[in-house]
Amino acid sequence: MNRLNLAWRMALSEWNAGELRVLLLAVLIAVSGFASVGGFTMRMHTALRQESHRLLGADLVLVSDHAPDRNRIGQARKQGLRAVEIEQFSSMVSGVGNNFRLAQIKAVEDGYPLRGRLRIADAVPGAERIAAGIPPPGSVWLEPRLAQSLGVHVGSVIELGYSKLKVGALLTHDPDLGGEVFNLAPWLIMNRSDIPATKLIMPGSRVSYRLLFAGSSSRIQAFRSMLIKHLSPGQKLLTVADARPEVKDMLAKAEKYLGLAVLLSAVLAAIAIAISVRHFVGRHLDAYAVLRCFGATRRTILSLFMLQITAIGGLGAILGMAFGYAGQSVLSGLVDTLMHLILPPVSVLPFLQAGLAGMILLTGFSFPALFALRNISALRILRRDSPAFNGASVLTYLPGLFTLEALMLWQAHDARLVLWITAGLVGFMALTVLTAWGLVHLAGSLGEYYRQGWGQGLLNLRRRRKSSVIQISAFTLAILSLLFLSLVRNELLGDWRDTLPINTPNRFVINIQPGQLATLRLFFQRHEMAAVRFFPMIRGRLTAINGRKVNTEEYADKQTRRLLDREFNLSYADSLPPDTVYAAGKGWNGGHPPDQFSVEQGIADRLHVKPGDRLSFDVGGSSVSAPVTSLRKVKWDSFKVNFFVVANSALLKNMPASYVTSFYLPPSRIEVLNELIKAYPNLTVIDVSAILHTLESELNQAAQAVEFVFLFSLASALSVLYATIVATRDERARETALWRVLGARRRQLWLVQTVEFAAIGLLAGLLAAAGASVIGWSVGYRLFGIPYHFDMHLWLIGTFGSGLIIALIGLASLWPLNRLPPITVLRAAIE
Amino acid sequence: MTDIADIPILRVVNLARHVWVNDAPLTILHPGSFDIRKGESVAIVGASGSGKSTLLGLLAGLDTPDAGEVWLSGTELTAMDEDGRAILRGEKIGFVFQSFQLLPLMTALENVMLPLELRLFPDARQRAQYWLERVGLADRRHYRARVLSGGEQQRVAIARAFATNPDLLLADEPTGNLDAETGARLIELLFELNRENGTTLVLVTHDAELATRCSRRLLLQAGRLELSA
Ligand SMILES: Nc1ncnc2c1ncn2[C@@H]1O[C@H](COP(=O)(O)OP(=O)(O)OP(=O)(O)O)[C@@H](O)[C@H]1O
Ligand SMILES: [Mg+2]
Repeated sequence: MNRLNLAWRMALSEWNAGELRVLLLAVLIAVSGFASVGGFTMRMHTALRQESHRLLGADLVLVSDHAPDRNRIGQARKQGLRAVEIEQFSSMVSGVGNNFRLAQIKAVEDGYPLRGRLRIADAVPGAERIAAGIPPPGSVWLEPRLAQSLGVHVGSVIELGYSKLKVGALLTHDPDLGGEVFNLAPWLIMNRSDIPATKLIMPGSRVSYRLLFAGSSSRIQAFRSMLIKHLSPGQKLLTVADARPEVKDMLAKAEKYLGLAVLLSAVLAAIAIAISVRHFVGRHLDAYAVLRCFGATRRTILSLFMLQITAIGGLGAILGMAFGYAGQSVLSGLVDTLMHLILPPVSVLPFLQAGLAGMILLTGFSFPALFALRNISALRILRRDSPAFNGASVLTYLPGLFTLEALMLWQAHDARLVLWITAGLVGFMALTVLTAWGLVHLAGSLGEYYRQGWGQGLLNLRRRRKSSVIQISAFTLAILSLLFLSLVRNELLGDWRDTLPINTPNRFVINIQPGQLATLRLFFQRHEMAAVRFFPMIRGRLTAINGRKVNTEEYADKQTRRLLDREFNLSYADSLPPDTVYAAGKGWNGGHPPDQFSVEQGIADRLHVKPGDRLSFDVGGSSVSAPVTSLRKVKWDSFKVNFFVVANSALLKNMPASYVTSFYLPPSRIEVLNELIKAYPNLTVIDVSAILHTLESELNQAAQAVEFVFLFSLASALSVLYATIVATRDERARETALWRVLGARRRQLWLVQTVEFAAIGLLAGLLAAAGASVIGWSVGYRLFGIPYHFDMHLWLIGTFGSGLIIALIGLASLWPLNRLPPITVLRAAIE
Repeated sequence: MTDIADIPILRVVNLARHVWVNDAPLTILHPGSFDIRKGESVAIVGASGSGKSTLLGLLAGLDTPDAGEVWLSGTELTAMDEDGRAILRGEKIGFVFQSFQLLPLMTALENVMLPLELRLFPDARQRAQYWLERVGLADRRHYRARVLSGGEQQRVAIARAFATNPDLLLADEPTGNLDAETGARLIELLFELNRENGTTLVLVTHDAELATRCSRRLLLQAGRLELSA
């Protein structure tokens, strides 16, 4: 075909002129950005999910208080899921010399755990290894603290019910924490086939039956919906979210961040493409006008252009996908070794999406060019100044914006987020363009006063006002995206770090009797742990709200009902800690009024309790009643001792109480615990360091993901910078050559160029810092719950950092041109 | 002892220029020598592609030769670095291009002011305005260069070339892109300035009549200099 041939020949000659390469590069950067981020985040996402699923030992757990229908296992397997059945119950275990201890027994079958691995050791401390399977029939694995208190070790025999079982190993890690953070009794894990002989599970025994399922998320999802329909009373479904609300929250935030980073990268890529297309067409309008002179129809020219664009887009997309694949595997490799994450293989989907996205963006942002081409006339050749992109062309960017919008929706699946970003961006860009316009004129006026030197740089800024405003706005957006992302990133990381401060308590001690307080205080003082505080704990059942008897039937939510059936842990204090955060009302300091409660916000919401409501508790047979004066926010994952309900001391201090405490014990000081237990055998010490450890590594993983994705946004921002610089390079080169013809020295040129680039960078940085503050204040709070605070670094880095970087890169791009003999540049410019 | 007036304003010694085409050297200017004295007007003539623009670019120090020397008022231009040449150019040489080469985003006035500002003339604006008046463009001074017509652009280019009061004016087909009448007016202007200021004129031209008005002609044939009277 003739036209194809022409397009091809034009493309070839333009390739040599370097024009197409720029456009290709923009598409390539966009697509590889998309593909890397997309491919990597998809893998990361899946891995993070699977990692957190290890906490359950499965993806989905059916918990039942009666023996469940075993058919479920068969059904699940038929649907391609893995499934095992386990039972959990409490029982006394005896070791050497009738030494009885209460343990939580977990009877498992082959295949357990479905997610994660059991880890065992022969002695603690000693070498830990990954268990090849489950305890073989006839043997059990114990938690080290259970073995220690029973006085047994590997090889010993323990008695469990009517059976004698051998200790096969010490259980150092079980991914299934059972969804409960505070497991009071230590675990013992055994083979399910040994259960009948123990005769421990009899009709009427309190056993928690659990069916564990794992598989691909779509299958799990389908299976879950099926199970939900057939849940019988006494059954419930657990997923990671139920097990670990704080992990869910963290994952949600990390996902939001990754999504946001991808979206902003998409916007930046779009800008790079828009600039490149504009540049490309601007450079070739003459060629098209010549074709028009020779009788080419409008259609011929348009299809010629579309052919070229499609060819570049296709090539860019393919190369971008390849680069993206490399990028994501480099990243994944890094992550693999950094976090011991096993990433699932990457699917082709994100790459196809990225390629398609690049093509769509390119097409969308080619519209202004199409419009300009449609209007092109042969006159262009006679008067080179006939404008290529006039006022109407602003509207022609709409198709591009729509495609971008559609792309964002497609990538984010979050209409609200996209709406927010769009509204923010449109408003912000309008403001930016206006402000930039004003500033460019201001800079020009300033330049007038120093025409003989650096002022020319500012004058240049004004002379090129349209292109300056476009550049400043594009850079502003790029810098803004980076500033905003790093702002959010820092806040998220900080927030996560704050979740687990250095000395987060890792031991809880409960069951402390009032008479032991005095000597315990002395004990902790002796071990330089004088800061340890004791909290009274009283068990009470909520009987009435505002004098009305509490009726569990009134609460639809099962969890609330369960809560009401159990006893609350109440506490009392002379004053509430000064760092308490109140959702409503205020705490007390001192005894007035003596009868008042402070209630945790979450439970107050469940019970529909507001400040002013009167709560009545049954505490050990006597009734206690007082109004609620405040609602508190409690961070349950802070690992501090917390209570749902705290009363003023006057109200409860005569009630029978035991005391609890929590503290941080460094691993090197374990002997303190041994001494404590020896001196006070009645105390129960709960070790949460393993849980803390898991949580910590999860936080780190999420943080790493966030850091990595940030790098990609950085690359996209740099691509905008590159596209802009390439787009104006020819013009600048010709200008520079002319300046030198007219006698400008190198120093004068550098000064002027530096001033111009630095001014662009500084103005963009200034606007971006202002924007980041506003957006950080509004969007950051909405999306991530981050409170705004003035950040001096943001302004300094945003303004001067970007001024410096843009000046350096701009100057570096002109460096080779500044060195060419002027005649070479001018000859090339005449073309 | 040589009289200062005897030093030629331009001395060219064995000046040659090659370019590389497909990895083979191609001589576009064969070694040639000549002198141009102060106040002379010299026409460089020759067929298209004979190397006229190449020679002119070398004389102005816009390009570096592969052999030979160019001396400007007793200073060896070809021995200087790019910066040195730029300074000397700013002081002594005005250049008018075949294709105008104005800075398109600057106004006419700014274009004329630029070489003055680069040399830190305190009265850059007044001088520029004076020269724009001389070329008849006072009323167009605040127009951007790119909206001016071809003839107007070339007049601005000439005003710019004269603004620094150069000793030597090099012009590459200054009328090549203009109609006959406008071209003739511009040539008048050039010679007028040549007379008034004693500016040495070196013109590249295809116009035989214009060539005969010059005091001397240099003929280029396929890169070879043929001196003629
Ligand atoms: N950088 C270069 N690479 C290759 N060839 C070159 C280069 N510069 C000039 N030439 C060639 O040198 C020859 C002389 O060029 P020049 O521009 O000096 O010609 P000219 O006499 O000014 O022609 P015209 O009257 O058409 O302007 C031409 O054949 C041209 O193609
Ligand atoms: Mg020429």
